[in-house]
Amino acid sequence: MTVRLDDRPMPFPETRRASRLARWKAFDPDEIRGIRLLSPTFLYTLAFLVGPILVVVAYSFWTQTYLTIDRSFTLENYRIALSEPIYRDLLLRSLYISFTVSLVTVIFAYPIAYFISFHGGSRKGLLLFLITIPFWTGYLLRVMAWKVILGYNGVLNTGLIGLGIVDKPVESLLFSSTAVIITLIHAWAVFAILPIYVSLEKLDRSLLEAATDLGDGPVRRFLRVTLPLSMPGVIGALLIVMIPTVGDFVTPRLVGGTEGQMIANAIQIQFGKASNWPLGSALTITTMMIVTLMAGASVLVLRSAVRWMR
Amino acid sequence: MKLLKVAGSSWLPVYAGLYLVFLYLPVLLLPVFSVNASAVPVFPLKGLTFDWYRSLVGNDALINSLWNSLIVGVAASLLATVLGICAARAITRYKFRGRRPMTAVIMAPLFLPEIIIAISLLMVALQMGLGLSLILVIFGHVLICLPYSATVLISGFEGFDPAYEEASADLGETAFGTLRRVTLPILMPAIISSLLVSFTISLDEFIIAFFLSGTEPTLPIYIWGQLRFPAKLPGVLALGTLMLLASLMLLTFAEMLRRRAARRTQIDGGFHA
Repeated sequence: MTVRLDDRPMPFPETRRASRLARWKAFDPDEIRGIRLLSPTFLYTLAFLVGPILVVVAYSFWTQTYLTIDRSFTLENYRIALSEPIYRDLLLRSLYISFTVSLVTVIFAYPIAYFISFHGGSRKGLLLFLITIPFWTGYLLRVMAWKVILGYNGVLNTGLIGLGIVDKPVESLLFSSTAVIITLIHAWAVFAILPIYVSLEKLDRSLLEAATDLGDGPVRRFLRVTLPLSMPGVIGALLIVMIPTVGDFVTPRLVGGTEGQMIANAIQIQFGKASNWPLGSALTITTMMIVTLMAGASVLVLRSAVRWMR
Repeated sequence: MKLLKVAGSSWLPVYAGLYLVFLYLPVLLLPVFSVNASAVPVFPLKGLTFDWYRSLVGNDALINSLWNSLIVGVAASLLATVLGICAARAITRYKFRGRRPMTAVIMAPLFLPEIIIAISLLMVALQMGLGLSLILVIFGHVLICLPYSATVLISGFEGFDPAYEEASADLGETAFGTLRRVTLPILMPAIISSLLVSFTISLDEFIIAFFLSGTEPTLPIYIWGQLRFPAKLPGVLALGTLMLLASLMLLTFAEMLRRRAARRTQIDGGFHA
């Protein structure tokens, strides 16, 4: 019997690489079936999401020279995106808005998810259904509804005057960052409730009994068992609200006024009127990177806060 | 302790009620102002009218955009559901290397601003010399529908014991017979949920359609155009009310269907997953 090179315990680089390759090749039939089944969906996402985003990244390093694109590498677009006061201000405001919106939405959503999961009983399905209905109204129309509410002669102002709280309409309600924040909190509520609800549903109820048996009161039990175990849902909710809202340009355009414009409005202009794709790409990539960093930092802070409370 | 518990359990329902008011109040303003006899949506109400609904009848631009939206919605939901079925079955049934990263890529649109999907497809399409069209909108919508349809279908597949399929094969059914008489009936609620959720997302989507639809507006693009003219607002509110009623009927129907199927198979397809 001959001993094959692979079997000998010799640390030659060649042998090692060969054995690693051998391990990599060892797909069993089930694995191949799984990969084959997943590949249409995966390839679709590669072709229509990952590929195009790589094109955006490439463009962000090029320059627009009137009607043509200069394909030599440059960081000039990023310099403009980060240092021009207008883009810097829009970016900071967008981050502030998306951070506030996600935080407030999650804080407001948690008790609702908790209520449905723990006190919903047999009406859980109905309650979830009730919460999802407003979400199907159509995004534009919900933003419009807020415009009607917050307007100068809007529902809120007429109501406040009717109740005698103010004498004349409050002007600052509409066309401000606050209007954008309120509208977005309303629009994204469902996205925060559902992930938290799912993680609360997965929570093993006997753990709560154990905590009570071991002498924890309701508050301590919540802080030390329920909250930490529902963290995946909270984090999911936070990310699902924070990252997409940073790129919204409908809400700022309709209720934001000049003081409530966000970075996506500037990006849209680069792909429309201004027609500067490289700068638009750099603005998009910068926004994505920074919001991802912000989201990552929020998750870390949240995790350590919960660990500290325990 | 007992006092705290009582306070806690009475506080929560009140809060839930207030929250529902917050969710519903803006939405309920649409039907209210859509039958108000004033072109400006302010209180006090002026009287009942159905003029705004009448103004929608025979509006060619509206009907055209509605038609475009239906085409996009049907195509996107079908494609997203087929791709979602492949993904859900692969993820729940098989263990393989690269499953997690591949799943993460498929779920990524959930955590991306839509504007990046829109501009990246816009750049690639124009770069390749393809014009903007509804087909491009469909491709974009499939991307954003996939995470939802996959989630719904994964929860459907998780409640589905492979032993049923094996039993059917052992009892002499062909592969197609098993698919038709065992697999599809059990998964039907999840498939219908996936179709409906995808359709509704596509119908509502604005940003991707805004960048990619070119000269063929979908319904949200039509509404966006109308919003520039304050005089057209009541008509838009009437349209919104009709859309709300339509999606409400569709969702109630889906929920009833799911409950019936769940009772029959004792498996919860997970409409809200």
